Amino acid sequence: MIPGPFDYHSPKSLSEAVGLLSQHRGKAKVLSGGQSLLPLLKLRLGSADHLVDIGRIPGLEYIKEDGGTLKIGGRTRESALEASDVVKKKYPILAETAAVIADPIVRNLATVGGNLAHGDPANDHPATMLAVGAQVVATGPKGERIIPIEKFFTGLFETALAPDEILTEIRIPAPPPKSGGAYVKLERKVGDFATAAAAAQVTLGAGGEISRAGIGLTNAGPLPVKAEAAEKFLQGKKPDGAAIAEAARLAAQAASPEADRRGSVEYKREMARVLTARALKRAVARAQGA
Amino acid sequence: MAMHKIKVTVNGEAREAEVESRLLLVHLLREVFRLTGTHIGCDTTHCGACTVLLDGTPVKSCTVLAVQADGREVMTVEGLEKDNKLDPIQEGFYQEHGLQCGYCTPGMMMTGYALLKANASPTEADIRRAISGNLCRCTGYVNIVKSVQHAAAASKSR
Repeated sequence: MIPGPFDYHSPKSLSEAVGLLSQHRGKAKVLSGGQSLLPLLKLRLGSADHLVDIGRIPGLEYIKEDGGTLKIGGRTRESALEASDVVKKKYPILAETAAVIADPIVRNLATVGGNLAHGDPANDHPATMLAVGAQVVATGPKGERIIPIEKFFTGLFETALAPDEILTEIRIPAPPPKSGGAYVKLERKVGDFATAAAAAQVTLGAGGEISRAGIGLTNAGPLPVKAEAAEKFLQGKKPDGAAIAEAARLAAQAASPEADRRGSVEYKREMARVLTARALKRAVARAQGA
Repeated sequence: MAMHKIKVTVNGEAREAEVESRLLLVHLLREVFRLTGTHIGCDTTHCGACTVLLDGTPVKSCTVLAVQADGREVMTVEGLEKDNKLDPIQEGFYQEHGLQCGYCTPGMMMTGYALLKANASPTEADIRRAISGNLCRCTGYVNIVKSVQHAAAASKSR
């Protein structure tokens, strides 16, 4: 399959890239890893008159801790996130997410920023970023602005990014002591989108009770789902089986999946419940061991 | 639509082409450079039959633009054999019957080759994980895993 015609640009700097997006406002798409965009263009589900390839702009691929924040460059490849020692050690939820995105070859090109900016609720990073309370940095003609992740997803394949903004960084607060996270995905085969998946990040207080819980669901509706009722319920609770079961039930209520080849609405909602419980259990175990 | 003059090193040889923005890397390799060892399978980023190495990293060449390869190095299945000698990965697939119809084989070998460059002694789990983006509908993967193991052992004794 051959994509429809477009012009390709490969700017060497961020300002040049933003300039191109402004010049062709609304008619240009950012090409990052291309692992979602190119299939979309090939299948003619989408089109663009201009592709602005950010792949030759230096300084957009990094994973670094800076004070109390993990900073991930927008163009950082999923394979780099998966292999990062600091991520494996301190942010297992991110390493687990990266490891189940598409397949290893796709992850060699696919980028963390692209996974979010694509605005696909079936992508895996949105749920994780909701669970950890990330912020994204958007760079546009007027400079940088910070968008909290819960304000980032505005519709199916739509985000808060303006047409002339590029997602240049993801910021994740370093977890306090006694924190743990997990991402659990049910997929029919490697490379498939999730039938259902749950991300959970918890922090425990001095008495072992949950002081903060973040829960995100993948492919559970037209937008990535932040299971707020479940998060609130867990606050101050002992992380025992009963509390986890109730939180999982509340999270499943927040899901509004659609029936497709991966299963019925009832099945997917039930899987959201089961996977939320499993993610919470693993997150709590990690927090207790931390 | 704009045309682009690109320079790509393919299997160690400097090549040039003038390409449309939308030309895919797999089409550049097969139709412009006539290197038809790289196969087109699903054409939707799933099957891995079109896997080639871009600057040493396996990528699905149906999901990369030719112009993105400008100034970079591409290695295809044609680049494995050197001086009439099969690469250990090719020898492995030959000795262990790692193929039946052969359609997935170029992609499998490029993924296996890259794995062994990064990890000379992969476990079976490492191998299965590495090839999880390469689909084979004939072998059930058992002999493909053995082929990569054979190549790993052969590479060490060379």
